[in-house]
Amino acid sequence: MSETSGPAVFVIAQAETSGGSSFGDSTTPPANAHGVEIATPPGEAHGSNFPPFDAQTFPSQLIWLAIAFGLLYLLMSRIALPRIATILEERHDRIADDLEEAGKHKAESEAAAKAYEQALASARGKAQTIATETRDKLSAEAEAGRKSLEAQLSEKLAAAERQIGDTKTAAMANVRGIAADTAGAIVNELIGTAPDAKAVEAEVDKALKS
Amino acid sequence: MASGSVIDPIHQFQINKIVDMGAPGGVQLAFTNSAAFMFGIVALIFFFLTFATRGRTLVPGRLQSLAEMSYEFVASTVRSTAGNEGMKFFPLVFSLFMFVLFANFIGMVPYAFTVTSHIVVTAALALIVIGTVIIYGFARHGTHFLHLFVPSGVPAFLLPFMVVIELISFLSRPISLSLRLFANMLAGHIAMKVFAGFIVMMTATGLAGWFGAVLPLAMVIALTALEFLVAALQAYVFAVLTCIYLNDALHPGH
Repeated sequence: MSETSGPAVFVIAQAETSGGSSFGDSTTPPANAHGVEIATPPGEAHGSNFPPFDAQTFPSQLIWLAIAFGLLYLLMSRIALPRIATILEERHDRIADDLEEAGKHKAESEAAAKAYEQALASARGKAQTIATETRDKLSAEAEAGRKSLEAQLSEKLAAAERQIGDTKTAAMANVRGIAADTAGAIVNELIGTAPDAKAVEAEVDKALKS
Repeated sequence: MASGSVIDPIHQFQINKIVDMGAPGGVQLAFTNSAAFMFGIVALIFFFLTFATRGRTLVPGRLQSLAEMSYEFVASTVRSTAGNEGMKFFPLVFSLFMFVLFANFIGMVPYAFTVTSHIVVTAALALIVIGTVIIYGFARHGTHFLHLFVPSGVPAFLLPFMVVIELISFLSRPISLSLRLFANMLAGHIAMKVFAGFIVMMTATGLAGWFGAVLPLAMVIALTALEFLVAALQAYVFAVLTCIYLNDALHPGH
């Protein structure tokens, strides 16, 4: 990018070796601090020039990794993870509680609905029985009324028949007397002698009977 | 990035001393940029998780959802591969997953140091996993743990070969686990730097270079997207393989 220096240079291998090891002090500036093109002689580079393979840095890295990772493990297992676990558990419990309560409410409403159904059914049944009873009573009453009326009527009928019979007998008796008298009078007119009343009556009875 | 116009794709992996602690017993010790980033990662993970869950709300907000999602994601991974018994390793798997994930993502920040691009770090993480498997396996099952290397239902004359193969496959696990993460991060970051370097080099040649630099720029954009995918994917792969290996410690019989 800068125009001041020459062409940019790629150094795949070790570039800024101020010393033999790359485990350099950060306070000492690298040799190529001002973009000066430096060609590191390949002979100078030994096995540890590639930083990840520089064994001199291993002990420090391992020690600090052990401390840092141990600290991370402690923080995670003692503080952070139990904390998240509690939150998740609380939410889980809360949801379970809410579901349980909802289930309870549902059961309650179902029971109420059932009770209502039952009340409705019993009321319906009661109404039915009342209706039946009333109908039965009314029909019984009507029946009784009809029967008494019939009895009354038949009584009146019998009385009327009796009266008719009486009247008829009386009339018949009158007819006999009149017939006897008439027969006596006719005989008297025809032959001029009054017939024996008893014989006329007997003859009239004989005629009436025939 | 190297200073000036010298483009050095390896410079980003440089370890610098921040506090030199001398060399007790001939071993050089120092607080380095790598260590600083490790502690930064730990602090970031911890503050993210505690800050996100500060409200402890019943209906989670965005950050709390993210924290809960990471928790449940790792928990379901552990549960599905190692069963409910495996949940005793959940803090370990979660720590590993979050550490690798945050290390990879922080490494994507320009000028940041990628902790997981150093093989010693990934190897140490892999050894934590394998060490846990071996120690827990023997503590839980005793010598029965060795049945891991003896597959059942194999003819007797084949058994020695099978044991050798199983042994080799077991020993190669920490190597593959550490190399996979290390190589992915290293190669990805180098590729990004190389293509970014092409842009700088081409623009330095003049106007034609400015137009030509569009190609490597497009490449860098594509690589950046790919690297974000790789960063998340490698953390997930590391966690899943950890679960699978821990499952062996729980159930050594084949």
